[in-house]
Amino acid sequence: MMRLFAGLAGLVLALFCASLLIGPAGIGPVESLHALIWGGEGPMVLVMREIRLPRAILAVLIGGGLGLAGAAMQGYLRNPLADPGLIGVSGSAALGAVVALQTGLAAVAVLALPFAALAGAVVGMVLVLALAGPRGSSLTLILAGIAISALAGALTTLALNLSPNPFAASEIVFWMMGSLADRSMTHVWIALPLIVIGAGMLATLARGLDALTLGEDAAEAMGISLYRLRLTLILGTAAVVGASTAVAGAIGFVGLVVPHILRGFVGARPGALLWASTLGGALMLLTADIAVRVLLPARDLKLGVLTALVGAPLFLHLIYRTRREGQ
Amino acid sequence: MTLLSTSNLSVTLRGRAVLTDVSLTLAAGEVVGLIGPNGAGKTSLMRAALGLLPHRGASSLARMSPRDRGRAVAWMPQTREIAWPVSVETLVTLGRTPHLAPGQRPSDADRAAVTRALDRMALGSLRHRTATRLSGGEQARALIARALAQETPLLMADEPIAGLDPAHQIATMHCFAGLAKGGHSVLVSLHDLGLAARFCTRLVVLDKGVIVADGTAQTVLTPQLLRDTFGITAWFETTSQGPVFQPLEVV
Repeated sequence: MMRLFAGLAGLVLALFCASLLIGPAGIGPVESLHALIWGGEGPMVLVMREIRLPRAILAVLIGGGLGLAGAAMQGYLRNPLADPGLIGVSGSAALGAVVALQTGLAAVAVLALPFAALAGAVVGMVLVLALAGPRGSSLTLILAGIAISALAGALTTLALNLSPNPFAASEIVFWMMGSLADRSMTHVWIALPLIVIGAGMLATLARGLDALTLGEDAAEAMGISLYRLRLTLILGTAAVVGASTAVAGAIGFVGLVVPHILRGFVGARPGALLWASTLGGALMLLTADIAVRVLLPARDLKLGVLTALVGAPLFLHLIYRTRREGQ
Repeated sequence: MTLLSTSNLSVTLRGRAVLTDVSLTLAAGEVVGLIGPNGAGKTSLMRAALGLLPHRGASSLARMSPRDRGRAVAWMPQTREIAWPVSVETLVTLGRTPHLAPGQRPSDADRAAVTRALDRMALGSLRHRTATRLSGGEQARALIARALAQETPLLMADEPIAGLDPAHQIATMHCFAGLAKGGHSVLVSLHDLGLAARFCTRLVVLDKGVIVADGTAQTVLTPQLLRDTFGITAWFETTSQGPVFQPLEVV
C-alpha cells in the first residue's frame, strides 16, 4: 500500500515537472525552472508563471478531484460504472457556461464563463438535493441525476440551436470538449478553494464507504450515518465537479476509469481507493494534457476528446476482463 | 443485565400493521430463537428494535447514539451483501468499525478480535481469499464472523444459518451457545425448529406481527401452537441425546 502511494505520488510529481517543461515556447529545462522559481524580467517568466504553471496545477487539481469523486460515487452506489457526472452537476455547470457563451457574456468579461458555470453547478446541486433528498435511496439519486443531466443536455442543445451565428456555435462546441489550454492563475484561484473543500469532504467518507461494502443496513447498524454520508457525498462531488467543469469544460472518463483500474491495487477497499484514485486521476489528466501538446502541437487537440479516446477502449478492455473472470 | 428491551414496539408499512405491540426483553447469557412463518415480522422486529425502521413504542437500542449502538449490538442482515471483491480478512475487520475513532487504524486488539472471529467460524484457511469468490455458505460464515468481530454484548442475526451445510449449521449454533456462556446474548431468527429446540435457551414465536409464545422449547413447541402458527404436526421428545424435533406433516 505504501509502495503504491509512493509510486503514484512520484509519478504525479514527475509528470507535473514534465508538464511545466513542455510547450510550444521551446525553452530549455534549466532556463524554464530558473524563470519559474527566481522570476525576473522577460517573456520566459510570463510563459512559465502565467501559462504553464496554472495549466499543470489545474491538471493535478481537476484530475485528482474527478478521480476522487468517481471513487466516492462508485463506493456509495456500490457500482463500478458510476461516474461523478451522474448527479447532474457537470451537465448543469456546462449549461451555465454555454449560456454565458451564447449570450456573449463570456466575450464581455473573462470571468463571466467560469462564474456562469459555477452558478449552473449550484442550480444543479440544489435540484438534485431537492429531488433526491438526503434521505432517499441510491436509486432516487441516480434517477434525479439522470433527469437533471437530461434537462441540462436538452437546454444546452437548445442554446446551440438558437446560437446567433456559426462562430458562436463552434465556440460552444469546442468549449464543451474540455481543455486546460490558455488558463490563467485566476482560473486556479477560482477552482482551487472549491476543489480542495470538496475533496476534503469526500475524504471523510472513507470509513463509511468501507462499511457500505456490507450493505446499507449493516453499515447503519455499525454507526454510519447514511444521511450524513449521502449529504457529504452530494455536496463534495458538486463542489469538485462544478469547479472542474467551470474552468476546464467537460472532461469525461477520468472519474469512471481511474477507480476501476486502481481497485485491484488497493484490495478493492472503497476507502483506500479514495486516495489512490485522487493520485491516479491527477496522473491521468497530467498525462493527457501533456499528450495533447506533444501529439498535435499545431492543432488545438482538446483534453476531453483525448480522455474519451483513451478511456473508452480502456473501459472496453476492463469489461472484457471482468467478463472473462466471471466465466 | 438487560441487553435489549422493547415495549409496545409497532411497525406499520404502507398502511399495513407489520408488528403490533411487541414487548421483548433479553438478558445476558441467552440464545433467543426468533421463529415464525414467512412474513410473520421477524426481520421487522429486529430492524425496528435496532432503530433501522420507523416504529412506535420504545426500544432500548433505538434510543442509543449510532456509535454506542454499534458497540452494544452487532447486526447481521438477512441479505448477504458483499459489494466489492475484498479479502475475507478485510471483510471481517469491517466489524471493528464502531470501535475505531475517526481516522484510527485497526490496532493489535482489533486484529486479535478479527482472528478470534475467524477462528470461531473456522475461516482461518480462507483468511486471504477474495470474499466474493467464495461459495454462498462460505460467504455467510464470513459475514457471521464479521458480526462476531464486533464483539458486542448482543448479537442479532437474521437467518444466519440458512444455506449452510449441516456441520456448519450446528457449529454456528454451538458458537452462539458459547457466546451465551461467556455472558453475551444472541437473538437469532431461524426456520430450522430442530436446531432451535436444541440450541436456543428460549424461543419467541412471532405470528402476524404478534408474539404468540415465549419460553423454553418444551413449553413453546406444543402441538396446538405448531398447528395454529406453523400449520404442521411434529415429533418432539427429550431424549438421552437432548431434545429432538422433527416436523412431520402439513395440517
